[in-house]
Order: sequence, then C-alpha cells, then structure tokens
Amino acid sequence: MPLAVMQLPMESRHNILIVDDDPDWLDVCREALSQLPSKPQIRTTNNGPRALAMLDAAPFRLMICDLKLPKMDGIQVLSLVHKRYPDLRTVVLTGLEGEEIRSRSYSLGVDLFWLKHDMQQNPKMFSDCIESLLGRESNSGFRGIQSKSLMDIIQLECMSRNSTALRITQGPLVAKIWIQDGELLDAQVGNMRGEPAFQKILAWKSGTFENLPAEPDHERTISRSINALLLETAQAIDETAETAPTEMLERADHRKTVWRLSLMAGEGAEFVVSVPAGGPVDKGEVWGAPFAEQLAGWTRKVSEAGKHLGDRLEAGPLSHIAGCSAERNMVMLSRDDKLFLVAWPPSEAETDLLEKTKKLVASWES
Amino acid sequence: MGILKKFFRRKRQARVQELPTGSMTVNAKGDLLTSTVSSNYSRKLLTDVSREVLGIFREAREAQLPLAEFTVHFGSLRITAREMRNGAVIFLLPATKPAPTQN
Repeated sequence: MPLAVMQLPMESRHNILIVDDDPDWLDVCREALSQLPSKPQIRTTNNGPRALAMLDAAPFRLMICDLKLPKMDGIQVLSLVHKRYPDLRTVVLTGLEGEEIRSRSYSLGVDLFWLKHDMQQNPKMFSDCIESLLGRESNSGFRGIQSKSLMDIIQLECMSRNSTALRITQGPLVAKIWIQDGELLDAQVGNMRGEPAFQKILAWKSGTFENLPAEPDHERTISRSINALLLETAQAIDETAETAPTEMLERADHRKTVWRLSLMAGEGAEFVVSVPAGGPVDKGEVWGAPFAEQLAGWTRKVSEAGKHLGDRLEAGPLSHIAGCSAERNMVMLSRDDKLFLVAWPPSEAETDLLEKTKKLVASWES
Repeated sequence: MGILKKFFRRKRQARVQELPTGSMTVNAKGDLLTSTVSSNYSRKLLTDVSREVLGIFREAREAQLPLAEFTVHFGSLRITAREMRNGAVIFLLPATKPAPTQN
C-alpha cells in the first residue's frame, strides 16, 4: 500500500454506508471494502429507517444497499435516498436475481447492480467498481435514466473517447464489451469473442448495462473501426429482421444520422449544412447547429453571390469559400449538386481545413 | 492596293484581359474609398464587387454566423475580404500570387 494513501487524513476519506440485514454479509463487505486503496470509512446498518437517519446525520459518498430488508424494502430506501441525496452514489448488492429487479433498480438511478454471488466470485472486480465510483467527481457529468439502444450507448462511449468495460445483461445472458480510448478492444458473450460476439450482443433488443472500470491491458481481438463494425452489424440485423418497409426506412435514416454524427465528431467539425444547389432551400439539412433555416438560406446565398462575383470578374469557376471569425472557421464547397457548409473550431489549423472539409463531404453520403 | 490590303491585312489579335489585382477599401454602403486595382476595371464593377462582399458579411450576421474575414476561391482568382468598423478591405489576387491570408 503506498504510504501516501495510508496517511490520508480522516476528513479526506470517503464515507460508505452498507445496508444489509445479514450480519455476515456486512462483515464480508466491510472486509472487502477496507482493502480499497482510498481507505474509505465504512459504516453499517441492518435496516432502511436507520440508514436514512445515518445519511441525515453525516455526509456519505456511497451507499451499498440490499433489496430485501426488514421494515422498509431496499427499493423504497433507494427511492427516498435519491430524492433526498441526489449526489449520493448508490450500489445495489442483492441475492435477488431477475431482469425486472435489475431494471427497476437502474430506473431508480442506482449506479451499479451486483448480485451477491457475482461479488463472491469476483471480489476484485467489485472492489474496482466501488473504487471507481468513489473516485468520480460528484459535480461533473450528468446522471439519469438511460433508455437508449445498445448501439447508441457504444457509439457515445467511442465518440467521447472513453475507456470502460461495458457489462451488458439480458436475462440470464451476460456479455462484456471492452473499450479503450474510444476504440473497441474486445467483446465476449458465452464462449464467443471478438467481432462475432459483438454482433451477437448488438442484436439484443433490451437489457441493462453497467460501466465497469477500464481494463487497458485486456487483449485486443477487434481491429476494425467502430463505425464500420456498427454499420455492418446494423445492416445484418436489418436483413435478418422481418420489418415493415417504413420501419426499414426509419432504421436506415437512424443509421445515417448516427453515421453522420459520428463522422462529425470523429473529424472534429462543429456543424454541417447541406443544401441542394438548386430547388427549394427547405430541403437542406443542418447537423449540429441551431438556426437551421437561416444557415441553409445563407449557404445558398453565399454560393450565388460567389458565382455572381466570378461571372463579373471572369475569374473562372467557383472552387470554395473559406471564412473565419473568433468563434469558428468555416468552408463552403459544392459536391454532387449539393452545397456543403462545414464549421470547424477556431483551433483547427486553417491550412488543413479545405482537405478536411473535402474528406468529410466525400464521406457524408456514403 | 487598297482592295488587296483589305484581304491580306492581319486580323487584330483579341486583347487578353488581365485579372484584377490589388486592394480596395469600401465604406458600409459599398462606395469605393481607395483602390489599387487597375483603372481598366470600371469603378462600377468594383462597386458591384464591394456590395456583393458586404452582402455576404451582412447575411452571415443575420444567419447567426458572423464572419471577420472570408476568401472566395475561383479557378484563377481569390477575393479576400475583411470586415472593418465602417466597411471592408478587399484584396483581389490572381490565384498564382501569394494571398494575404492562408484561407
């Protein structure tokens, strides 16, 4: 144990409250958590009302709660706790199995759901999760209830260049996806690993997920880019599913949206405006910016003004228009009967912007 | 001889129009204040150019995308415009000449 951690002053150590009516479990948890590097102070109680009184009396960073409790069940306790102490991290540690219980717990906003026998089988992982929760800044980021497709969740993790291990549960099935610095390292479900496992997991229509601590040393089995893999998987899912044509179109649109947003995020663009070179401007699309109508209109106008200038001065065909302000740089060019306006942060090197814009526009319709 | 001259006289070669080069400053209405562009280009043409440029700045502001500077790249010419407090400064540069900015 590093000396610096051993010498942590009492006031800088986090408080953890464990609520369980089984005294043996309280001992097991106390023993496991006392080994954490941050050396938290551990308090225990065997019922909900007492737990609420303890939370009122002293600041706690994290509460680990069983669901089967006397007087007041764990769900009631968690519900009250989330209303009164929204910053408190909560972990459910229970022997009650079942998708409904797990979903209900997550819908209350708990940070982690662990089964007691999982904890016994993998105490190291449990400790890592708790340490990770303790280390997270309480006033950074958002917390809430997620109701998104697994594809969205993975894409969000990758777009924000996160490092995490996602544990996904659907009924009795448990899968894991490893992400490191926004890149997919590996996926595992049952005996399957790598891309086949990833595709199988993405075909699941419902379930719950947990963010576990990253495992940077985990063996890499997936080398393809996340976007290519997600697109291929989505296509495979669509082909196998018997869906109505309208639903297919909606899915294709959704895929296109996801692809374009990830392309923008990957390249670092602020927003993209795409307007047909002729015809009504309202058929234009704006991604990532408000004032869509004005931006689409201006894109068309500036292109027409540029062409007019070129005609008056006999300066040859319009190639592109580049502009800048303190807030952003932008490049406007045309491709395949469409006008594209791409905005970039001012930090982007101006010399590279034209090439980056051309690259983004070329990929836009792919 | 006079008749023969009509047949054998060399046709006058088409004059090659040079691309405009230079800079100009314009006021907020687009009126030319100073210009180093060749006088072969009429004042009216340059005023038309400056009004078009000011229109781009104005409409950019209206679209919530205010610009401090922009460059229009043509096959053979670049027009760079910087917005000033009461107008703009406009540079006309053939594509082979170095631009005042890297846009």
